[in-house]
Amino acid sequence: MSLDTSKVASSNAAKAATPAKPSKVGGVAGWADDRLGLATAARKNLRKVFPDHWSFMLGEIALWSFVVLLLTGVFLSLWFTPSMGEVHYEGSYDQLRGIPMSEAMASTLDISFDVRGGLLMRQMHHWAAMLFVASMMVHLLRVAFTGAFRKPREVNWVIGCLLLLLGTLEGFTGYSLPDDLLSGTGVRAADGFLKATPVLGSYMSFFLFGGEFPGDAIIPRLYIIHVLLIPGILLGLIAAHMLLLVYHKHTQWPGPGRTEQNVVGFPMLPVYAAKAGGFFFIVFGVTAIMGGLLSINPVWKFGPYDPTKVTAGSQPDWYMGWPDGLLRIMPGWESVIFGYTISWNVMLPILIVPPTMLIVLILLPFIEGWITGDKREHHLLQRPRNAPTRTAVMVSLMTFYGLAWAAGGNDIIAITFHSSINNITYFMRVAVFVGPAIAFFVTRRWCISLQRHDNDKLLHGYETGIIMRSTEGGYAERHLPISEASAYTLTARERDEIHTVDSDTDANGVVAPGSRVQALRARLSEKMYGHNVQKPTTEELAAAHQHAEHEHALEAGLDHPADGHQFDGHSDHTVDEAPLRGH
Amino acid sequence: MTDSHDHTLAVVEEPITNPGLPAHQWRPTDLDERAAKRAERQVAGMFGLSMVCAVLFVVAYFALEIGDNFDTFIGLGASTVALGLALGGAMLFIGIGIIQWARKLMGDHEISELRHPASSTEEDREATLEALSLGLEESGIGRRPLVRNTLLGSMAMLGLPAVVLLRDLGPSNAQVADAEKGLGLQHTIWKKGMRLVRDVVGTPIKASELEIGDLVNAAPEALFPTEANGYPEIEGVALQVQKAKGAIIIVKMEPEEIKPADGRDNWTVDGVICYSKICTHVGCPISLYERTTHHVLCPCHQSTFDLADGAKVIFGPAHRPLPQLPLAVDEEGYLIAQAGFDEPVGASYWEREKQ
Amino acid sequence: MRLLNRSAGRISRHRRGPVAGLAVLLLGLLMTGGLYTVFAPAQAQKAQSDTELVAEGRKLFLVGCASCHGQNGEGISTVREGYQKGPSLVGVGAAAVDFQVGTGRMPLAQPGQQAPRKTVVYDAEEIAALAAYVAALAPGPAVPTEQDYSIDGLSEAEREEAIVRGGQIFLTNCTACHNFNGSGGAMPRGGYAPSLHGVEGKYIYEALLTGPQAMPTFSNGNLSPDEKRDVIAYLNSIQESPEYGGFGMGGLGPVSEGLFAWVLGIGGLVGFAVWIAAHTTRSTKTQPIEEGAEA
Repeated sequence: MSLDTSKVASSNAAKAATPAKPSKVGGVAGWADDRLGLATAARKNLRKVFPDHWSFMLGEIALWSFVVLLLTGVFLSLWFTPSMGEVHYEGSYDQLRGIPMSEAMASTLDISFDVRGGLLMRQMHHWAAMLFVASMMVHLLRVAFTGAFRKPREVNWVIGCLLLLLGTLEGFTGYSLPDDLLSGTGVRAADGFLKATPVLGSYMSFFLFGGEFPGDAIIPRLYIIHVLLIPGILLGLIAAHMLLLVYHKHTQWPGPGRTEQNVVGFPMLPVYAAKAGGFFFIVFGVTAIMGGLLSINPVWKFGPYDPTKVTAGSQPDWYMGWPDGLLRIMPGWESVIFGYTISWNVMLPILIVPPTMLIVLILLPFIEGWITGDKREHHLLQRPRNAPTRTAVMVSLMTFYGLAWAAGGNDIIAITFHSSINNITYFMRVAVFVGPAIAFFVTRRWCISLQRHDNDKLLHGYETGIIMRSTEGGYAERHLPISEASAYTLTARERDEIHTVDSDTDANGVVAPGSRVQALRARLSEKMYGHNVQKPTTEELAAAHQHAEHEHALEAGLDHPADGHQFDGHSDHTVDEAPLRGH
Repeated sequence: MTDSHDHTLAVVEEPITNPGLPAHQWRPTDLDERAAKRAERQVAGMFGLSMVCAVLFVVAYFALEIGDNFDTFIGLGASTVALGLALGGAMLFIGIGIIQWARKLMGDHEISELRHPASSTEEDREATLEALSLGLEESGIGRRPLVRNTLLGSMAMLGLPAVVLLRDLGPSNAQVADAEKGLGLQHTIWKKGMRLVRDVVGTPIKASELEIGDLVNAAPEALFPTEANGYPEIEGVALQVQKAKGAIIIVKMEPEEIKPADGRDNWTVDGVICYSKICTHVGCPISLYERTTHHVLCPCHQSTFDLADGAKVIFGPAHRPLPQLPLAVDEEGYLIAQAGFDEPVGASYWEREKQ
Repeated sequence: MRLLNRSAGRISRHRRGPVAGLAVLLLGLLMTGGLYTVFAPAQAQKAQSDTELVAEGRKLFLVGCASCHGQNGEGISTVREGYQKGPSLVGVGAAAVDFQVGTGRMPLAQPGQQAPRKTVVYDAEEIAALAAYVAALAPGPAVPTEQDYSIDGLSEAEREEAIVRGGQIFLTNCTACHNFNGSGGAMPRGGYAPSLHGVEGKYIYEALLTGPQAMPTFSNGNLSPDEKRDVIAYLNSIQESPEYGGFGMGGLGPVSEGLFAWVLGIGGLVGFAVWIAAHTTRSTKTQPIEEGAEA
């Protein structure tokens, strides 16, 4: 039945409708409320408003792939034996029959070949893990590029960064569990990283492995970290992340009727719940199809881990790829000081750069907040072009990441594109420094010219693509004013305020405390905002419109829509009267 | 200006005033009963398809064999593909159905809700601060620094048991080190006179049978104990530990191509030269050998070593050459080690040079 | 061909069941036929005396090979130090010729880093003649016979054992360059270890024996003939095995997996997100149609 369009709520301010007689739902709800008192919280949240935009659903991919991970992970844990005890494989896979291997590897093979649906679940688990980290990353980029990490959401940004770190560690501990040749090679490299730690290196290695590598403890230890410790923390942080999201209410794009003071969108029940819930099934479904059609981590071909064997193309999963890439392009620097070995070739790319990157990432909103001195709450998102410096910083970080990442696949790039590993490596050694710098400058200028373009649209209208010839024979493109809604949307952004230092010295000529810091801040603020294009003022807009009216008749507005048929005699039909589909 | 007392919202109005939410536009399904019915059928159809997929999943589960007689479908494992597609379908169709329901049939009025500052009200803040300072005051923590400081001290000291408890995660290198058994980072199982045997099969290698250009992935004979060679039984972790350090590569090149390092003139046998297989970077086994250039490449991070020139690093992130094993032949002509490695094999570590 | 094959996954030990039996019979017939076509001319050549064959080979050699390898196969060194226009073929044996010419690597289209596999120029008869000529220059490894690289003559149990052992030898000696799946891998300075997919057992055996290009040799003093045979048996077995988990995506490991996760997974899911959040069709009518008005 079609909707009763006369009774649709347009805001949450109206009093909730009370059912005339107690319904079944009401009865159950009443029973529960009598005991749990949920109505107070539910009243606020059942019709809570969530704005609708595709980019707001990226974090949801991460959430739902985490649920898929929990479900498939539980299935796998029913058969997996996290033990390094040696057995001779006697399962269904012929090519490894009789080979001594750890129980972990043997049970992974059993899940793959002797448990129906086991291989599907393994592959779904692995694909979901790849998607989990990937979607966290695109979600992070969305948040950063739109300035959604500004006050009051800095804490949620920090939680998000920690989730990304934990997701990555969870992935590493997970793919190491089967104790196959590829993951074992990765664990051995990790052992090398630990050993490169100054002073404590060999102790850390011996403690983690329960003795000399490979020991017999690493798989059970990684297992408990993978199934209990990290998922526990992940769950807690995800809960906090979501609670803060609900508490802050979601950010929204500016537009007519959408302000800093409100949030416009669909109510939680029914539309948002349906869309979010439906998306869970879609994420699950896509993961299942990938798990069924695409072979991932074929451990039976790698065989059990054996420290004397190795395979070409020994790479970690994609999210560990960028430190691995840095490791590959690092020159072989090592120094011996007072008889102690310092392995710069491992420390820099693994123990120093990645943690630094994480800290920089966590600090981004705080650094920005300090430079701008902006203490106001922000709920309207910024288009990336309207924060040129931030956008440029992010693109620059992405470029660094991307280059390091590509360096991690240098051997695959070499065989795919018939190039030389050595040359790729030499190129990358330079590119990881030069690339981000170029990316920064290009992005910043690009953003600023886009800002200029927006202002042109506001002041002179949009380009219609209609070329008009004047009586003098000159040609000009007709510009038409943009709609009020688009014009408002373009101007719905703040003016950047450059932080200035009032005076270095106070009345008595004494240098004010902290003025050096303030000066730095002013300089940074100038660098950050100095070149930005500000939106036109009311006066500028009025002047531009007045100017347009005085323009030659050819430049004036048309009295009907510019559909390209204004002057060719085919403009008889009117769009307005086009019949509705289905009538 | 402090952060805590400023909850102003950013203002973005001017130069154009907010025209306000545009009027709601109805969807065809809101206005036309037939369109609504059609959408309803679509949604129900999706849910129906999902049910079909669920049934197909069960059918595939029981019908398709895995294990000893893996059914295949165009060269793929039929069970995995069928179960994946059926489960994927069952899920996707529910998802698509629900979304379609939300898009076409559920009320789609955008509604507006007011935001509130993230901070609490001024009143709540003050009350909280008051309660906090009253509580602290009553505890006397400010007035009794001795109590406060000793409490902080005792809390800090709790870190010690927590850290110390982890001590028995494993022995230290010094505790396991045993030159005789080849335990510890600085020792391997290699000993004077031990034969070099082919990895996997464990057969000894006659120097005279190797040809120029040969690459042998080899291991110490002690890892392949037989009654004939008399080495003690070794398996499981003990075996893995020794494999991880004892693996070697043997190559044969023209004897004149070898540039022996100082004091290593007699470490080769007629062009046969032997190095540790464990990369000095982070410990991957390396054996990507180029017969023509005598270079060996690590597949993990592409360190490249020149085996003709003392396994010097010529490219990549490794710093040290691969340790070389001095070779000799026994009376039967089989390759043996003159001695063990004279330095620790594998990745660098802090106290490496001290051992 | 039936799409759904109930036994293709099995190797050696499990060749049973009516369909499998039929498949094996067909395969056997095809192989016999195929091998006959390949070897029949060569066997015909046997009738000729060896000298004739060598003479025939020399003629071909002078036309097709001598410009790089020298009039007598002694090799041609050029001005640049360490750079050989063509290496000496004295002592490389018939196996090297059969591999290089039989896989189309020789004659070289252009001097370069590494000779790629390409269309074979000579027919089987000519290759045999060339091989005989080069083998006559100095003794070297001979072209292996089918018994050398095939496990068909073994019992079921022996075959299975050979495959398992071959797998371990493969993972120890070969995967470092050729990858776990035999998909190939990168070597220094633009070199590469080629893919082993679809390479005949004979050529793998010859490559092991002679070390083409920069590949190290695995002479009989290094890997025994039986061990080489086992490696080939393992390679055949993994190529005959189904892709248990679905499409292999090139068998290149985590890099291609990551690519698919991003492009298909994230790409597809973002596509769904765009669809979910997209505005549905709007009617231009502002008032709901009265109930029954359209009937």
